[in-house]
Amino acid sequence: MTTGKPRTLYEKIWDAHVVERREDGTCLIYIDRHLVHEVTSPQAFEALRLSGRKVRRPDLTLAVPDHNLPTTARRDSAGHRIPIADPESAQQLAALERNAPEFGVRLIGDADAEQGIVHVVGPEQGFSLPGATIVCGDSHTACHGGLGALAFGIGTSEVEHVLATQTLLLSRSKTMEVRVEGQLGPGVSAKDLVLHICGVLRASGGTGYVIEYTGEAIRDLSVEGRLTVSNMAIEHGARAGLIAPDDKTFAYVKGRPYAPKGDEWEAAVAWWKNLATDPGATYDKVVVIQAADIAPTVTWGTSPEDTVPITGTVPSPDDFADPSKQEAAAKSLAYMGLTPGTPMQDVEVQNVFIGSCTNSRIEDLRAAARVLKGRTKAPTVRWAIVVPGSGLVKRQAEAEGLDRIFIEAGLEWREPGCSACLGMNPDKVPAGERCASTSNRNFVGRQGPGSRTHLVSPAMAAAAAVTGRLTDVRDLADVRELG
Amino acid sequence: MEPLKQVEGRAIPFGAKNVDTDVIIPAHWLKTITREGMSKGAFETLRQDPANLFDSETFKGAPILIAGDNFGCGSSREHAAWALMDLGIKAVIAPSFSDIFSGNAFKNGILTVVLPQAAIDRLMDVAQTDPVHIDLESQTVTTPFQDRFTFEIDPFRKHCLLGGLDEVGLTLARDEAISAYENEAGATMPWLNKGVVAA
Repeated sequence: MTTGKPRTLYEKIWDAHVVERREDGTCLIYIDRHLVHEVTSPQAFEALRLSGRKVRRPDLTLAVPDHNLPTTARRDSAGHRIPIADPESAQQLAALERNAPEFGVRLIGDADAEQGIVHVVGPEQGFSLPGATIVCGDSHTACHGGLGALAFGIGTSEVEHVLATQTLLLSRSKTMEVRVEGQLGPGVSAKDLVLHICGVLRASGGTGYVIEYTGEAIRDLSVEGRLTVSNMAIEHGARAGLIAPDDKTFAYVKGRPYAPKGDEWEAAVAWWKNLATDPGATYDKVVVIQAADIAPTVTWGTSPEDTVPITGTVPSPDDFADPSKQEAAAKSLAYMGLTPGTPMQDVEVQNVFIGSCTNSRIEDLRAAARVLKGRTKAPTVRWAIVVPGSGLVKRQAEAEGLDRIFIEAGLEWREPGCSACLGMNPDKVPAGERCASTSNRNFVGRQGPGSRTHLVSPAMAAAAAVTGRLTDVRDLADVRELG
Repeated sequence: MEPLKQVEGRAIPFGAKNVDTDVIIPAHWLKTITREGMSKGAFETLRQDPANLFDSETFKGAPILIAGDNFGCGSSREHAAWALMDLGIKAVIAPSFSDIFSGNAFKNGILTVVLPQAAIDRLMDVAQTDPVHIDLESQTVTTPFQDRFTFEIDPFRKHCLLGGLDEVGLTLARDEAISAYENEAGATMPWLNKGVVAA
């Protein structure tokens, strides 16, 4: 992989996975890791059953329920399952529990310590590895790109195709470098960085591209922070996000249950070190962002591109040049119940959600806990929940006493899952109410019909819980303690 | 997949632009575990209006849908294609489609026909009273009034639709190449060939 013309990280991973090149330029690409959850897999397994087909590589497939699971207790004191109230959610879970063993796929069960959001579980188990091709029937699969894996979401027919053949027929994407120069300021996190990028690229700026995030600010991020950034690549339309693996990545992966061991580990690291984009390789597009320009960032509208620094105000439709964006902004403002010119810090929230595949790793919970320690939730905040990304994150947080900090501050400490990010389980934001949410989408009705979402970082969500309004965390807490 | 050579019949003169997948099939339908029966949820909100086209005597069960620009935008849910299929729709004609939707439609044997807005306008008129005919082999849309519009289609997709070939079946036929890749990659990147078998 060192011969020939200089290549980008994306091109190296792509080239290493070509099974066959077809005349029209599309390639049959080998898939190394397939994550399966209960929402987008039932019809794929059903199709295999109807056609008498098998799962080609059950050993490269991992099933985890996450979208529908309630985040309240799942077993009673005697260890018996507490039934899921929603019959359709129960049915999807039952289908996965039937399909996985029938096709020989390893299932992490709803009450196993390893259970969690697929995009948290994959990296945590060492199932997701640098340089691997990773797919899942979920658009936030881009998350795993934070490890330097080529990871993207697929539809149900493609889930079926991967189950049956361990490949996908794909066209190569264009490449974009998003280079973040300089260092993030104190109190500015990976989430603020990616929200800022969403604002710069707009919701469709990455369409047709795989984005590689580079630059000092990206290198400085922890692996958890990189997963947060890559997670939201899809929110600017990109097929996938990528961050070159480095020593931090290797240290993160090492020793995890499915990570390579011994000589294989050494060989893997040697291969991973060669993945970085070669000097002289070119991208189809380059976007440069200055880290110093980024403040804690929040959204005001109903698209992740609708971002504004917390120090800013609600924009007016007239602020946009494009007439279609003016119309969309007016609609968003009406839905969000916001008046142009209002300082963002005057916007009151009744709900706080800390969780989702974007921000539910241990580092995220530590960031929220640092702000909440010794403080309490505002009485006007009706509902505030913390949903760890996995059972192992939960256990780690409890070992560090973070759960006590959340509970003492008046927040609820829940079981792992996708939860209020999309409200397929009972965790929903009521119509007309606002939520400061660490999730990834502020679409109309995303957190429940009529819900109003403001996307924020974990520290900012914690600050909003304390004051009952969107708040610049740098004013509330000593930024040195924010880490 | 059933081979699809021609589609002939009434065409629903829907015409709306930017029809997103939430309009085609609302999110609460994502909780199903089969592909069948999804017509109940198809265009659910629009069909609350008793005068809607989809349930009218003339267009109920029509095999063709005529729509505006950017049909099928939004989420990747394949349920949108399943919903149309269950409604009996075999082809959608529009000036443009979202990439993901047209891919999902194709994988379910639904033909997406891209025609310029002027042709769409003409077909919307014809569809009020008369049937529309689509011939995939010759890549044409015709009407009883001598209208004839030609359309482009990816040759691979055309081949699959005409033969009723399913992509999974086609790739399974490449088993030898896939196995060869697995052997080669298993030697050069053995850690990737292990998965949930702890290394």
